[in-house]
Amino acid sequence: MHTQSHHNIFIGPEYPNHVKGKSIYVDDMPVMEGTVHVKIFSATIAHAKIKSIDFTEAEQTEGIIKIFSAKDIPGENQIGGIIPDEPLLADGEVHYCGQAILLIAAENEDAAEDALHKIKIEYEPLEIITNPRVAYAKGKLLSPTRKFVLGNSSETFKNCKYVFEGTTETNGQEHLYLETQGAYAYATEFNSVKIFSSTQGPTAVQRTVARVLGVSMNNVEVDVTRLGGGFGGKEDQASTYGTIAALVTFILKRPAKCVLHRMEDMRMTGKRNPYSSDYKIGLDDNLKILAYEVTFYQNGGAAADLSPSILERTLFHCTNSYFIPNVTATANSCKTNLPPNTAFRGFGGPQGMFVIEAAIDFAAKQIGVEPYIIQQKNLLQNKNELPYGQIIENCEAEKCYSNTMQKANISSLKNEIINFNNTNKFKKKGFALMPICFGISFTHTTLNQARALVHVYTDGSVGVSTGGVEMGQGLNPKMIQVAANALGISTIKIKLETTNTTRVANTSPSAASSTTDLNGHAVYDACQQINTSFHSFIKKDLQLNKEDVVEFRNEVLFVNNQSKNISWNELIAKAYLARTNLSAKGFYATPTINFDKTKEKGHPFSYHVYGTALTVATVDCLRGTYEIDFVKACHDVGTSMNEKIDIGQLEGGLVQGIGWMTMEEIVYNEQGKLLSNALSTYKIPDIYSIPKEIDIEFLDTQNDNLAILKSKAVGEPPLMYGIGAYFAIRNAVLAFNPKSTITYNAPITPEKVLMGLYNK
Amino acid sequence: MIEFILNNQTIKTEQPAGSTVLDFIRYHKKLTGTKIGCREGDCGACTILVGAFENNKLVYRNITSCLMPLINAQAKHIVTVEGINQTELTPVQQAMVDSSGTQCGFCTIGFVMSLTGFVMNQTQTNFTDAIKSIDGNICRCTGYKSIEKAAKILSNQIEKRPTHNTLNWLIENKYLPNYFLGIEERLRKILIQQFTENKQAIKLGGATDLNVQKHQLIKKSIVQNLYDDPSLKTIEKINNEIVLGASVTVAQFSESNIIQNIFPNLNKHIKLVSSSPIRNMATLAGNFVNASPIGDMTAFFIALDASIIFNTNRKIKLKDFYKGYKQLDKTEDEIIEKIIFPIPSSTTFFNFEKVCKRTHLDIASVNTACLINVDNNNIIQQIYLSAGGVAPYPKYLSNTCSFLLNKQISEIVLQEAITVMQQEVAPITDARGTTEYKRLLLRQLFLAHFKELNVEINFIIN
Ligand SMILES: Cc1cc2nc3c(=O)[nH]c(=O)nc-3n(C[C@H](O)[C@H](O)[C@H](O)COP(=O)(O)OP(=O)(O)OC[C@H]3O[C@@H](n4cnc5c(N)ncnc54)[C@H](O)[C@@H]3O)c2cc1C
Ligand code: FES
Ligand code: FES
Repeated sequence: MHTQSHHNIFIGPEYPNHVKGKSIYVDDMPVMEGTVHVKIFSATIAHAKIKSIDFTEAEQTEGIIKIFSAKDIPGENQIGGIIPDEPLLADGEVHYCGQAILLIAAENEDAAEDALHKIKIEYEPLEIITNPRVAYAKGKLLSPTRKFVLGNSSETFKNCKYVFEGTTETNGQEHLYLETQGAYAYATEFNSVKIFSSTQGPTAVQRTVARVLGVSMNNVEVDVTRLGGGFGGKEDQASTYGTIAALVTFILKRPAKCVLHRMEDMRMTGKRNPYSSDYKIGLDDNLKILAYEVTFYQNGGAAADLSPSILERTLFHCTNSYFIPNVTATANSCKTNLPPNTAFRGFGGPQGMFVIEAAIDFAAKQIGVEPYIIQQKNLLQNKNELPYGQIIENCEAEKCYSNTMQKANISSLKNEIINFNNTNKFKKKGFALMPICFGISFTHTTLNQARALVHVYTDGSVGVSTGGVEMGQGLNPKMIQVAANALGISTIKIKLETTNTTRVANTSPSAASSTTDLNGHAVYDACQQINTSFHSFIKKDLQLNKEDVVEFRNEVLFVNNQSKNISWNELIAKAYLARTNLSAKGFYATPTINFDKTKEKGHPFSYHVYGTALTVATVDCLRGTYEIDFVKACHDVGTSMNEKIDIGQLEGGLVQGIGWMTMEEIVYNEQGKLLSNALSTYKIPDIYSIPKEIDIEFLDTQNDNLAILKSKAVGEPPLMYGIGAYFAIRNAVLAFNPKSTITYNAPITPEKVLMGLYNK
Repeated sequence: MIEFILNNQTIKTEQPAGSTVLDFIRYHKKLTGTKIGCREGDCGACTILVGAFENNKLVYRNITSCLMPLINAQAKHIVTVEGINQTELTPVQQAMVDSSGTQCGFCTIGFVMSLTGFVMNQTQTNFTDAIKSIDGNICRCTGYKSIEKAAKILSNQIEKRPTHNTLNWLIENKYLPNYFLGIEERLRKILIQQFTENKQAIKLGGATDLNVQKHQLIKKSIVQNLYDDPSLKTIEKINNEIVLGASVTVAQFSESNIIQNIFPNLNKHIKLVSSSPIRNMATLAGNFVNASPIGDMTAFFIALDASIIFNTNRKIKLKDFYKGYKQLDKTEDEIIEKIIFPIPSSTTFFNFEKVCKRTHLDIASVNTACLINVDNNNIIQQIYLSAGGVAPYPKYLSNTCSFLLNKQISEIVLQEAITVMQQEVAPITDARGTTEYKRLLLRQLFLAHFKELNVEINFIIN
């Protein structure tokens, strides 16, 4: 397979549609006659028994068709993905504010809105827990405690010159996909439903709907055009809204639409898991980290959702990009009365990395060296063993780190910053380096499989269906590139179809940065199958020898590297007449990966992505505000198949990570009520708050890897560069007030900065 | 009935006057290019362009259609993405594609519309203006760098934009379709509405507060449009005073030459207030009457010692307008008509400070404005200080002002003033910060005024 270099900047047909407003999202679909609008009546108390509920008056309101409660569910009232611990509609008890209790099906949204206010409910309050450590102390865990062990940390601490302990906190993060959760469904023949869902996991929706309706999976068709952003928030949680629409349409036999308003979405859906963590780090004379112990208290919310899996990835990434020979890492998924927290770009990895970075930072400050000295001395190298047993291969950690140091000219930069800080009384600068090492693959080995369906039509055009969902990550253009590459035809000939469970079944969610790798390989496999049958037809037709090499380049037939001046179209038409199979179903399962949960050891990742970013921030020490001057990074992309898309993922991920670490602050009160419940109170980066300069260099590596076209996954890793912004700002605060008691508590909001600048 | 032009089509509709333009275009006209991200003016996914006559000139501004009441569309040109689409991509759309300024695409139309507004607007000429035009557009995917590139491409392109016959140039270069040529004439034939007073009606300014807080109610109520009432839109200098119509928007206020001449740092200050599309809708009186404790323009005008005049001819100082949380010295029927403030002398220093979680398009944790006159001996001759976020309503810091008046500025005086100030405020803990933070922040911003005045304040460094 030879890559076509001009494809490096291929953008595909989506973007022109986006800018014209022609791309279709769930709420843009034309609604059918008789469509029912569904509103959710949800809990206003975070933990309570429902003493009584009366919706007779509400149901009599004009325009109301029916109000659904748990009793109306024909199948199982259960939507838990990993662990069956979450009802679709609360039955008897509520466990978090925003939990769905009733569904109001109405002729229009206004009527539904009116009816909401007429529902009478009485609660008997139960104890509310919002803090994961409190939950842990009371034994409230969502899943069993996990522990990764390498070497013997407790023994090793005795031999360490330096040992430090501390605590860190990272808050959650609202996904804030610009398109809110939603689905549109209608009933079809044979007791079936078809659902248009804004989901990253079509099969998850299908499975959940089948369970709740009490039908088989083949009665449920899920179709996804694209998402207006997902970021993990629609991996599992989209199933709820798909199921709600499906339930209503299944019972009423009228099309049903359930699209959340922003404030409903923020109130009802889970977010990135907040973590509270304890660490202990031990170093020797040479600043080598010899031992590390860490305990994570993950705030899982009221149901497991994906939290147990997220917890696992926290453990996988607890030593980030460093080799530490003795590690004990313990993780608890704690049950609280918040909306079930869920996947978010990085999937627990960022939360784990923050702790080791804080530990190194704290150690450096106590010892009196720059943190980067410790970072650099402990970077991963080939043959190092990770706490979960995988041995490092094709390591790029040191290369990325030193490239970034060079790029930023670290020693002169350091002096510049010192000079700046000496001459400016009310402005201080700080910097931080942030290396990353991120494992690619679903850590749940089963999910590392994919299917694709490729049809070549008689006019030579090609339709490709995969199990992947386009949500802005550039999956579709990349799939077109893979197919064009494999078939030897122009990208214009290829159309990416919607993701549909009747065309491609048993899909894994579009997540774990693996969508392109898995689906790309499946597309490639399907194309190769078509090539096999098509090329053998050509050989017969043109009376070629068996050994002759047949291929297409730009839709022209080449035999043994010689152009034959016969076009793809012409030969496809002939092949069809000669009854050749021009369709194929491709399949891929990532080889070599495995993980044994009983031993917590194995080889869970097909490869790792490396990189290092340097961030410089300036703090206004009068007002407590800050700006990011620049981020310079060297990032390992393998051999990028699409630089434009990859740069977009890098910049977007970085800024999202900076948002998480700086201004994005989720606030619940002690009653578990969300206070940051709208875009006016929850702030994500705007165009003025991003780094003034972002300069990312690709580390172009030719090493063999399991990535499709050797182009490494790029979705999640860059988010973690954002952690550098936290430390850069914190360092600037310390430059102003060296005695500051500012804790390792992210995000570092202007409030925390100002309090840190002036505390003693 | 409301009459306006939507893209190339004349509309006469009986839809409720208080319903939103967004719902009209998406659900009645099925123009789904315009997206919904929040319905609160905070994301920009619903951005459209609105053409209306200002000083008899047809001016297009970007606004968030989720907040715009249908009644405010009367006799205007409403432009959605469908109204600028042509066979080929427009240069704005092309720039967004070429720089990969789109990923999931959901925010994209908002950016396209705002940037189209930028290229259409004579007064906007450079990259800074281009960025300003999209400061109300949120994107969760791209990280904005690619969108900055698109803005750069476009600001380069419009260097060639002529100052005359701009519309022709825009059409020739495919920024806009042909039909735009006929819009002005068509609009002039549509009657602007009668602005008769209706006692039962809810009075709408730009509705940027009302449609966030009470959109269900507005949709069902009788409404009266104050926003377009020509008698409320004037900006005049009369003797030593500035007289503003109540419905002057924050944008119009900040763009006025008269005003710009008085406040050299106006752009810097106004940049801290909401976003371009919101400023294009938000009226000054709306900000005052909304009485939010953190109203920026209210803090600004209190420090200008502004007065307001009602339709009853009653005149009061703005600082005396507030009686308690959302309690005003105003009857139901009273409408603000004019806002008046004395023109500060050339030696007067004016400053506005605001800090929030996100510097732009955010509500203040604390804001404060200060007008101060200091003589050659550093003695304070005149001072007005206001602060928001520290009391149930926008606060005139009267004790602090009295304390400082006629005192010579010194470290001790400022320290004592801070003590006085802390006694007259009572901030509460909420999503925008804790009590302790807000007190500290108020102190800092108070000192920031003096630092901006070039007073040494190094004493606060520990
Ligand atoms: C996204 C967003 C960001 C915002 N950011 C800021 C910000 O940074 N700073 C800030 O201060 N505000 C901000 N606001 C609030 C709002 O934009 C301002 O308060 C604005 O000035 C309100 O003006 P309006 O014309 O839209 O008021 P409307 O919503 O039309 O009216 C508000 C109130 O004033 C009454 N009213 C209007 N005109 C008159 C009159 N002439 N006489 C009597 N009563 C009248 C109305 O009846 C209503 O009660 C923001 C709002 C949004 C949606
Ligand atoms: S929908 Fe977000 S600004 Fe209008
Ligand atoms: S492209 Fe997805 S929100 Fe901007």
